[in-house]
Amino acid sequence: MAAKKASPDLLNSSFSFKSLKLKTKQQELLLRVSILGLVYVLAFIARLFSVLRYESMIHEFDPYFNYRTTLFLTEKGFYEFWNWFDSESWYPLGRIIGGTLYPGLMVTAALIYWTLRFLRFFVHIREVCVLTAPFFASNTTLVAYFFGKEIWDTGAGLVAAALIAICPGYISRSVAGSYDNEAVAIFALLLTFYLFVKAVKTGSLSWALGSAFGYFYMVSAWGGYVFIINLVPLYVLVLLITGRYSMRLYVAYNCMYILGMLLAMQIRFVGFQHVQSGEHMAAMGVFLLMQVFYFLDWVKHQLNDTKLFQTFLRITVTSAILVGGIALGVGTASGYISPWTGRFYSLLDPTYAKDHIPIIASVSEHQPTAWSSFMFDYHILLFLFPAGLYFCFKRLSDATIFIVMYGLTSLYFAGVMVRLILVATPAVCLISAIAVSATVKNLTSLLRTKQKVPQTGSTKGVGSSKSSSKVTLDQSQPFHKNGAIALLVGVFYLLSRYAIHCTWVTSEAYSSPSIVLAARGAHGNRIIFDDYREAYYWLRQNTPTDAKVMSWWDYGYQITAMGNRTVIVDNNTWNNTHIATVGRAMSSYEDEAYDIMRSLDVNYVLVVFGGVTGYSSDDINKFLWMVRIGGGVYPVIKEPDYLVNGEFRVDKGASPKMLNCLMYKLCYYRFGELVTEYGKPTGYDRARGVEIGNKDIKLEHLEEAYTTSNWIVRVYRVKPPTNML
Amino acid sequence: MKKNSSVVVDLLLLLLAITVLATPAFSDLVLSKVERRIDVTSQIARVTKTLKVVNSGSESVSEFTLTFPKFLSNNLAYLSVSHSEGKGKAKRSLANLSVKEAHPKGMPDSISFYSVSLPKPLSKGDTLTLEVVAAFTNVLQPFPEKITQRDIHLVMLQESAQYLSPYVVESQSLSIKLPNARIESYSKLENTKVQGSEIKYGPYKNLAQYSYAPIVVHFESKAAFAVAERLVREIEVSHWGNVQVTEHYNLVHRGAQLKGEFSRLEYQDRPNPQGVSAFRHLLARLPPRAHSIYYRDDIGNISTSQMQSDSKKTELLIEPRFPLFGGWKTFFTIGYGLPLSDFLFASEGKRFLDISFGSPMIDLVTEKLIVQVVLPEGSKDISVTTPFAVKQSHEIKYSHLDIAGRPVVVLEKNNVVPDHNQKIQVYYKFSNINLLSEPLMLITGFFVLFITCIIYTRADFSISKSSAAYLAKLQWDEVLATLQEVQNIIQKCLAAHDKLEASLRDLSRTGDIQTCKAARKSTDSLLKDLSKELRPLLASLQSFPSASQISPKVEELVAKERELQEKLMAKHTTVVEGYEKKSSGRDIENRIASQQQKIIALRQEVDDLLEFIDEI
Repeated sequence: MAAKKASPDLLNSSFSFKSLKLKTKQQELLLRVSILGLVYVLAFIARLFSVLRYESMIHEFDPYFNYRTTLFLTEKGFYEFWNWFDSESWYPLGRIIGGTLYPGLMVTAALIYWTLRFLRFFVHIREVCVLTAPFFASNTTLVAYFFGKEIWDTGAGLVAAALIAICPGYISRSVAGSYDNEAVAIFALLLTFYLFVKAVKTGSLSWALGSAFGYFYMVSAWGGYVFIINLVPLYVLVLLITGRYSMRLYVAYNCMYILGMLLAMQIRFVGFQHVQSGEHMAAMGVFLLMQVFYFLDWVKHQLNDTKLFQTFLRITVTSAILVGGIALGVGTASGYISPWTGRFYSLLDPTYAKDHIPIIASVSEHQPTAWSSFMFDYHILLFLFPAGLYFCFKRLSDATIFIVMYGLTSLYFAGVMVRLILVATPAVCLISAIAVSATVKNLTSLLRTKQKVPQTGSTKGVGSSKSSSKVTLDQSQPFHKNGAIALLVGVFYLLSRYAIHCTWVTSEAYSSPSIVLAARGAHGNRIIFDDYREAYYWLRQNTPTDAKVMSWWDYGYQITAMGNRTVIVDNNTWNNTHIATVGRAMSSYEDEAYDIMRSLDVNYVLVVFGGVTGYSSDDINKFLWMVRIGGGVYPVIKEPDYLVNGEFRVDKGASPKMLNCLMYKLCYYRFGELVTEYGKPTGYDRARGVEIGNKDIKLEHLEEAYTTSNWIVRVYRVKPPTNML
Repeated sequence: MKKNSSVVVDLLLLLLAITVLATPAFSDLVLSKVERRIDVTSQIARVTKTLKVVNSGSESVSEFTLTFPKFLSNNLAYLSVSHSEGKGKAKRSLANLSVKEAHPKGMPDSISFYSVSLPKPLSKGDTLTLEVVAAFTNVLQPFPEKITQRDIHLVMLQESAQYLSPYVVESQSLSIKLPNARIESYSKLENTKVQGSEIKYGPYKNLAQYSYAPIVVHFESKAAFAVAERLVREIEVSHWGNVQVTEHYNLVHRGAQLKGEFSRLEYQDRPNPQGVSAFRHLLARLPPRAHSIYYRDDIGNISTSQMQSDSKKTELLIEPRFPLFGGWKTFFTIGYGLPLSDFLFASEGKRFLDISFGSPMIDLVTEKLIVQVVLPEGSKDISVTTPFAVKQSHEIKYSHLDIAGRPVVVLEKNNVVPDHNQKIQVYYKFSNINLLSEPLMLITGFFVLFITCIIYTRADFSISKSSAAYLAKLQWDEVLATLQEVQNIIQKCLAAHDKLEASLRDLSRTGDIQTCKAARKSTDSLLKDLSKELRPLLASLQSFPSASQISPKVEELVAKERELQEKLMAKHTTVVEGYEKKSSGRDIENRIASQQQKIIALRQEVDDLLEFIDEI
C-alpha cells in the first residue's frame, strides 16, 4: 500500500518541479546544494555529542593550553600575545609563548570571536573555542566536495563530503571542545591540496597563489605542514618521472613553493627552517630540479640535434646532482642545515623513538597503530579504499595521481603513529568516495536503461498486445538488472552500517572530555568523577598565587589553565632535562627528592592516583616512563631498581626502591588504612588489582594538602625546612 | 589573638567611658522592663530586645536613644525598631520606626548612639513597648583561631549581662541561645542559669544609666561560617517573558582556620560526613517557578547540586567542588530564570520590577553585595526604591544585538545579612515597540544577505568584457539556453504523440471515429507549429562554434523525432481506416504490428538522445 501511495506522490513532485519551470540543470544544482547544506549541518551536529553528554568544555590536555593562550590573545591583543613570555610554566626557565607555538588556531578563534562581537553577538570566548573544531570540520566537508569534484565528478564530491563529515578518524580530533591545532589544520591541509591540484590542472597563477596562502595557514596552524612540504615535491617528482611535466605544473609548483616558503617564514616558530632544516630540503631540491628541467626543455627546443642534446643532458644532470649533493653535504657538515629531528626519524623508522627518545615513545598517541583502530576509525572505508584506488588507476590524471599518492603516503604514516590516522582520513574518504560514486553510477545507469521501457509503457498505458512485446524485450538481460539491484542494496546497506558505526563511535568513544570521567553505577545510573577539576580548582582558590606545582608533565597545561598556578614542566616537552629532573624527583627517596624540590622552589606536588576508583591511566602506571626519562639524563636512576625480575609490581613483592620512592609514597599515603572493595583487605589497589606492599607510609618533608573525593588527584604541600633551633 | 586583645582594649575603654559618664542623660525616660534574647545558633548574632519605655519626666518625648558598644556596632549589619501596642495575644506589631545614627556631644567614642523617632510624642506617664531587632556579623570570634581537622570548632561571644542604656533600667534579663549544650566556658555572674543550650542572666533590678557587666561565652558552633566576600547579582529583565538572575559568589569560610594537613581518609571515614569545622553544602531558597537553573564556576559546570521544587519555593542544594574548611575559599556562579509575570507589574504608566534584594542562600553573610538590574534596551525614567539605604549608580551593558546598550542600575551595600532580603522596586518606562527592534534587525540582516547573494549570482562581475574566455562563456550560456528550448519543444512533440495514442485508445473503446479525426487534426497543426519553431533554433545552434559537437546530436534528435512522427501518423491513418472499413480488431493489430515495433524503437532512441543532451 505504501509503495502505491508513494508513487503518485513522486509523480506529483516531479510535476511540481516541472510547473516550477526548473531546468534539469537547476534541479540538479538545487539538489546538490541542499545535500551539501545538510552534510554541512550534519558534520557540525554530529560533533556536539560531547556537549550534550557532558557540557560545553575544553577537552584533554593541549586544548587547555590553546584555550589559555586564546584567552590571553583576546584580552591583551595580538602584539602582547606575539611577545608573550610565560613565567607560569617551565619554572624557573619560563617559555617564550609567541615564539614556540603555532598561532593559527588561536588567531582563528579570536577572529571568529571578534567578528561575532562586531555583529553584536556577545558570546563567551570559551563557546567559540569549543565550537571551532566542529565549525572547521563542516568547512572541511565543503573542501572535500570541491576536491572530489576536481578529481572525479560532483557525485564523488558529494559522497566524499558525506563520508568525511562522519568519519570517526576525523571526528576523534574534532568533536566540540577538542580545541586543538588539528581542528583547523585538517581543513587547511585539504584546502592547500585542493588548491594545488586545481592549480596544476589549470596552470593558473591565481589558484597557485591561493594554494600558497592555504599552505601559509597550515603552517601557522600545525606542525604537520611538513607533510605538505614533502608530499607536494614528491608528487611533482613523480609527475616529472612519468613524463607528465607541463607548463601548468611549473607555474603551480614554483609559485606555491616560493610564496608559501616566504609566507611561512613569518611564523616565528618556523622561521628559517624552510632553508635550513633537513626536513624541508626535498622541496628545495625539487624546486631546483624543476628549473633544470625547464632549462633542458628550452635547450632541447633550441638544439635540433638529438645526439648533441643527449650529451648536454648527461652533463647537465650529472653536474646538477653533483652540485646539489655537495651543497647539501657542506650545509649539513657545517651545521647550517640541521639534521632531521627525532620525531621525523620516528616517522620513517617506527622503532627509532623506542630506542632513542623515550619522551616521544611515552605518549600513547605516538604508538604504532593497531589493526583494530584502523577498523574502528575507517570501518567500510578500509575496503572501499583499494576499490577507489582501482578506479583512480583506471582513469589516471594529474589529479588522481595526487590523491593516490596522498592516500598511500598518509596511510603509511597512519600505520606508524596512531594520531596520524587523522591525516590519512581525508584521502581515504576521497578515494572511497570515488569507489562508491563510480560503482553506484555504473549500477544505476544499468538500471535506468532497463527501467525506461516499462516506465514509458506504464505512463502511456499501451494496449495489452503491446505490453507483451515489451516483456520479451525486458527479459533479454534479467541478470544485469537483478544483479544491479542486489549490488545497490548491498552498497546502501554498507553505507548505512557505516553511518550507524560512526554515530556509535562518536557518541561512545570520542566524545569524552577526559577531564570528567563517567562510569555506570550498579543500577545503571551515571556516575561522574570530576576529580581533576576539583583539585585544579582547589589549587586555584586555596594556594598562594605564586605557588609552584610539581607534577608529571601530562598535567602541566591543565594546572596552568584551570589551576592558574606555576608549573615546573608541561605538555610542551621542549626541555628533556627539566622533565628528567622531575622524573628523577618522583623516583628518588623522599630526602633526595626534597632537595631537588627545594632547588626548584616547589610548593606543591600533584599526583594522579587511580587505586580507589580503578582508573588505570594514573601516575603509577606511567611511573616506568618517569624512571626511563629520568634515567636517560641522570644515570643514578636505573630502571632495574624498580623492577623485580623484569616485572613492575606494587605489592609486597615489589623492589624496596619502588616501595620507598616519592611517587609510591605520595600515591599510597594513608591508602593502607582504606577499604576500597568489599571482601578485600585494606589498601587494595583496584587499578592494579593487588594489595599494596607498603601500608605504613610516613611523610617527613611533605604533608597532604588536598585529596579529591575519589582520591584521583592528590596534592601535597612541601614543608619549609625545619628550624635548626 | 590580636583580635581578642583589641576587643579587650575596647572593653576597657568602654568601662572607662562609663565611669566618666556621670552626667544625667537624655531625658526622663525609664525602661521599666528590658528583655534581651541573643541567638547565636548561626554565624550571625541576632539580638531581639523588648523594651518597655515609661516617661517619668514632665515633658513629652519624641525621641528615644539606643546605644551599643562600639565594637558591636562596627559589626552591626541590620537594625530595625518597631513598636507594638496592646498586650498578650492582642499584641500587634506596628510599622517600623525610622532609626538614625546620632552623635551627641560629649559622649565617648566607644559607644554608638542611634536615635529612634517615636510614632507619637510620649507624654508624661505613658508607656510604650519597642521591639528592637539587630543582627551582628563577625561577633562570634573563633577561638582558638587555628584548629586541625580533628578539633571541634569553638567560638567566643562577648556581651554585657546588663543592658547598656542612657536610661535607668528597672528590670533587665538576658538569654543567650547557643547552637548546642556543649559550652566550653561562660562568665558566671549572680543569677546565672544554664538550661540546656541556653544561658540566662538576670533578672537584674534597678540598673543605673550606662551599667555594663562584660560577659564572655565560649562554646561549640557547627554552623557554616559562610561569608560571601563579594556577591554580584545580575538581574536581567527581558520583556519576552523572563527575568534572568545570575549570581557570582566569592565565598570564604570565616571560622577557625585549618592547621596542618587535610586528610581525605579521616574526612570520609567520619560517621557524620559534615566534618566538624568544614561545610559541604549550602542551601539556596529560590523563588517558585524558577527554571533553567545552572551552577558553575570559572572552569566549568559543577555537577554536585540537587533541586527540589514545589509551588511555594524552589530549593537548590549546592555543593562546592571541595568541602570548605576554615580559611578556604571558592568562587562559583549560580543562575536561574524566573517568569516575568511574577515580578513585573505596572503602575501609573510605568512598569516596575519587584524583586528581592539579597542572596537566596540561607544564613549567608555578604560583605559586599552588588545588585545590577539590567533593564531592556530603550528603558527610560529609571528610579529605584529600597527599604534601606544603598549606594546607587548607573551603567550601560551590551548584550546580544544591542546598539545603544541596556541601562543598568547598580546597587551596592556592605555587610548584608538575610534580614535584608526585602523587596526592592525598580520603576521604568518601556514601550512595547522596542521589543520588535531585535527581530527586525535579524530579519534585515538575513534579507541583506540574501539580496547580496541574488545580486552576486545575477550580476556580471568580470573585469574585461572583451576577453576570449568571457566571450566563450557568454556564448556557451546561449548554447545552453537554446538547447533547453529545443528540449522543451521536443518534449511538447512527445506529449502530442501521447495524445494521439490516447485518441487511438479511445477509438478502440468507443468506436467514435469523428473525435479521433478531430484529435488528429489538432495534433497535426500543433506539430507543424512546433517544427516551425524548431527551425530557427537549429540554425542558431549551428552558427555557434562551441556547439559544433552538440549540434549533430541535436539534428539527429530532430530527425528521429520527425521519423517517429511520420510513423505515428501512418499508424494512426491505418487504424482509423481500419475502423472506417469496420475490419476486425485483430486485423488492424496485425496491420500495425510492424509499425508499432518501429515506433517503440524510435521512441527509445529519442529518449536516449534527450537524456544525452540533458547531461551536457
